[in-house]
Amino acid sequence: MTTDIERASECAACDETRRRFLSRLTLMLGSIVAAIVAIPCVGFLLGLRKVPRVWRTVGKLNDFQVGSTVNVAFLDSSPLPWAGVTARSAAWLRRISRSDFIAFSVNCTHLGCPVRWLPTANLFMCPCHGGVYYANGDVASGPPPRPLRRYPVRVQNDEVQILASPVPITTEKI
Amino acid sequence: MSENNSLRFLKSIWRWFDDVTGVSSWLIPLAKHPVPHARKSAWFYVLGSATLFVFIVQIVTGIALASAYVPSAGQAYQSLTFISGTRFGSIVRGIHAFGASAMVILIGLHAIRVYLWGSYKYPRQMGWLTGVALLFLVLGMAFTGQLLRWDQTGVWSVVIAAEQAGRTPFIGHWLARFILAGDTVGGATLSRFFALHVFFIPALIFFFLGFHLYLVIRNGISEPPQVGRPVDPQTYRAWYSDLLHREGVPFWPDAAWRDAVFGLLVIGTMVVLAITVGPPALGRPPDPSIIQASPRPEWYFLWYYALLSVIPRWSETYVIILGPLLLVVVLVLLPLVAPKGERSPFKRQWAFGIVAFIVWMIAYFGTLGRLAPWSPRMNAPPLPASVVGTTSGPIAEGAKVFHDKGCEFCHMISGYGGIRGPDLTYAGDRMTPAQMETRIYSGATNMPSYNGNITPQQLSDLLAFLASRRRRPAPPTSASTAAK
Ligand code: FES
Repeated sequence: MTTDIERASECAACDETRRRFLSRLTLMLGSIVAAIVAIPCVGFLLGLRKVPRVWRTVGKLNDFQVGSTVNVAFLDSSPLPWAGVTARSAAWLRRISRSDFIAFSVNCTHLGCPVRWLPTANLFMCPCHGGVYYANGDVASGPPPRPLRRYPVRVQNDEVQILASPVPITTEKI
Repeated sequence: MSENNSLRFLKSIWRWFDDVTGVSSWLIPLAKHPVPHARKSAWFYVLGSATLFVFIVQIVTGIALASAYVPSAGQAYQSLTFISGTRFGSIVRGIHAFGASAMVILIGLHAIRVYLWGSYKYPRQMGWLTGVALLFLVLGMAFTGQLLRWDQTGVWSVVIAAEQAGRTPFIGHWLARFILAGDTVGGATLSRFFALHVFFIPALIFFFLGFHLYLVIRNGISEPPQVGRPVDPQTYRAWYSDLLHREGVPFWPDAAWRDAVFGLLVIGTMVVLAITVGPPALGRPPDPSIIQASPRPEWYFLWYYALLSVIPRWSETYVIILGPLLLVVVLVLLPLVAPKGERSPFKRQWAFGIVAFIVWMIAYFGTLGRLAPWSPRMNAPPLPASVVGTTSGPIAEGAKVFHDKGCEFCHMISGYGGIRGPDLTYAGDRMTPAQMETRIYSGATNMPSYNGNITPQQLSDLLAFLASRRRRPAPPTSASTAAK
């Protein structure tokens, strides 16, 4: 005991260095622990699920009349088992000829509200801020900055299929 | 055991507990810590504590709700329907929802009081800053809480939030997908907001709240300001402790009783509203393929929604991104740039102006948001014959065109229709058919052009109908000119 105390007082400077080393060591170890826990957690939260885009059948070819625009619902590309009705998506589908279709996203390019097709007016109208689009999806009036997004459509074995796609996000052009 | 004995027994337990924990040695001084004698202003001090009380109510009701709520995208809606179907469940939901409003109101009033009284000045700057953090956290709770209702509005609110985040330069797309927890609204979306609302934000609130309360004790509650008594950081602490010595009163019970009275009043009102009015109704199920949706935020965000709807279009992205940022910067800078000087609002009269402006803005744009004049009324029924004035002929046909072509969703006639565009009840008095025709063909910023989208017959009927909308009966020629 006495020897310890003596030794300590003999070398106050060594104590000082030793303590500085120990506090740095402690802080470093703490940071390492924090990092090895945080990295997987943050990585998990930020990791967006990369999902394959899949074709979804929305009906038989004969279900659609040439010239009419109808609302169709289909499942997301990779619905989680517990997603329930939230896994559903919608599009406005128009048959323009025997074998050609156009599919419009229902999301307004302004802030994403679901636009509605007005068959008698031949226009898409957004209930949120009154954005209006012409039948071809071009902006007719109101706040939307760009035309309605289109989804790829195809006809296969008499079935009309839409490529289930991400919600279109209008970003700023920089 | 006699009564005396059992009492003695209880006392000995307490003494043992106090000996091994030392509770009374810090709890009693804490409760009895001196506060300034506020006299006439004493009731202004109840706002912060009331916010705390309501927060505790939110924790309790929140835990009760979480014990039955299923945080699954596919089942949350059903579980809420179930909760609302039980008698007490509906009351608990009601308390939690009115509690959310109460939190927002009280924390806002508390901030206004602190601002007007200059209580953010030395040495209480950190009190203000932790309060600012709490304010934003409470707003975060309000937003995520509304989403957890997970009805149609909940789902579309996520989409709109993602679209707004998408406007951020460079990382917009990434942010938007982070909010959606993927490419679309789906199974992962709700769980993310649930974790935010129930774990993450509350944890931050506990942290900042603890800090905030600690600072209140450490720096003391601010005394009511007086004209001509500026804060001087050099002398303030000594002066304040002297003030407490001279005329301080113990917090418990001299000030605490007011907190109790006001807290009871607030919470009592919440419970009564929860029983009489009930919880907010659930909308349609959270199915993104149901496109009959007109999402609206709760009242506390309605003003912001309205503001975004009326500002010039070019400024939109700046307001979405820079607006909230600017608010944070201003609130954070306030105590740093004005840490001393006069506290009294009578010496800082612009403070009244700023508060009045904020209150006016929230009230004005909130009312506007309720009315939503920028939203077309897409459920407007066809004009009845009593308004049209006839049931056959060009005028009646024109009235039908007015509805079918969507004109009525934006233009009101005799109380029917939307208010996005000008009221056309007396259109015939204001415009000639030729002017109307030009407008219909060319459109405007907020009106689509009908060029190529209306048959000559439809147009002439429409013009006949519009020309007949006048205060005085139409001169016989105008409708027939229009028809040509
Ligand atoms: S979201 Fe469609 S107009 Fe604003």
